[in-house]
Amino acid sequence: MTIDWSWIGDHTDDLTTLTVSHLQAALGAVFLGLLISLPLAVVAHRIRPLRGFLLGLSNVLFTIPSIAIFVLLLPVSGLTRTTTVIGLTVYTLVVLLRNTVEGLDSVPVKTKEAAKAMGSRPLRTLLTVEFPLALPVIMAGVRIATVMSISLVSVATYIGDGGLGQLFTDGFQRNFPTPVIAGVVLTILLAVVADALLVAVQYALTPWLRRRA
Amino acid sequence: MYELFKNLGTWLTSGSQWSGTDGIAHRLAEHLEYSLLATLVAAAIGLPLGLLIGHTGKGAFVAINLASFGRALPTVGLVVLVFLASGLSMWPVYVALVALAVPAIVTNTYAGMTAVDPDVRDAARGQGMRGGQVLLQVELPLALPLIMTGLRLALIQVVATATIAAYVSFGGLGRYVFDGLAQRDLVQVLGGAALVALVAVTLDLALAALQRFLFRHRTA
Repeated sequence: MTIDWSWIGDHTDDLTTLTVSHLQAALGAVFLGLLISLPLAVVAHRIRPLRGFLLGLSNVLFTIPSIAIFVLLLPVSGLTRTTTVIGLTVYTLVVLLRNTVEGLDSVPVKTKEAAKAMGSRPLRTLLTVEFPLALPVIMAGVRIATVMSISLVSVATYIGDGGLGQLFTDGFQRNFPTPVIAGVVLTILLAVVADALLVAVQYALTPWLRRRA
Repeated sequence: MYELFKNLGTWLTSGSQWSGTDGIAHRLAEHLEYSLLATLVAAAIGLPLGLLIGHTGKGAFVAINLASFGRALPTVGLVVLVFLASGLSMWPVYVALVALAVPAIVTNTYAGMTAVDPDVRDAARGQGMRGGQVLLQVELPLALPLIMTGLRLALIQVVATATIAAYVSFGGLGRYVFDGLAQRDLVQVLGGAALVALVAVTLDLALAALQRFLFRHRTA
């Protein structure tokens, strides 16, 4: 299995386009996932009976194979980018929701009571006390969800999207390993870089944790 | 939409669809064969590794990074890559599925081992137990619930991903998905996908029930 470097040299534009499209799909899914799971997590955190239901539901959704999710969405949104992003979003929910709920649970009751005693309203406590303190656990979820989404985008190649995944089908159909190797390497690279950036973001957002560590 | 679901119902319930080499029963058996074998191999690799890392406390960095690397590895790419290297064989399927399952097993086994109360471990040593005895008689039983969770997670992911066997011309329930996509037969695609999802969800629930039953006497 040899790498045809000239192919890579000739296709840098295509590789760039596919990488950007790949990243857009993955990040779009994580963003949508956060948009859905942050409010749901607050609900699950505050209203105990709903907690098991919401977490259980996201668990069941997670067991549905990614290819199946894409395919099951076909009658709704067809062979489009929307299908890719919705499918990936479903997958991010389980991690994002569980980590956000756990993060909110980990905030000490005394801290919340102190905020209340200082006259902070519930919404303000949530935004300025609870979410910041829950941030490390939430960010751990965001990191897992991001890496997972980046790796899963290529599954959408079966429904005609898939970013770098298209390189896999291309290489497979032509019995030509170079694009496949390029796709695998770029996917892992994207995941590693995105993960490192998220670590940096978390570091920047939690200055109070630095001195202790 | 309604018509589609009606056709899907007919597809799933007709007797002829269930029999023969291309029947659901046969494809289901193939799918379970790939999934169980891959998970077993992954357990044979991942369990000792996780136990060793947890017991010695060495290599935790490796375990954590292995997990994120495993998550980043695109399964479709791996299957195609091994296929191009090995030709038409079961290797691509098993390599990809095992690579998918090992990280989940290692990290959960390791997590289970670190969750063992250090005082309990010390007490075992204080009673004169050797390293191997502490591992097998104290740490392993205490870590078992989390180890089971890891195995369950791995199996579910493998069942979901075994669909890919059909992509490199093998059987399993993925056959319907890929044949359906090629023939533009949405009912067949949806039927295959629904069956895979059903198997994954059923196995997950069954294993969760088994886990609850096995550890019903434990409080934590």
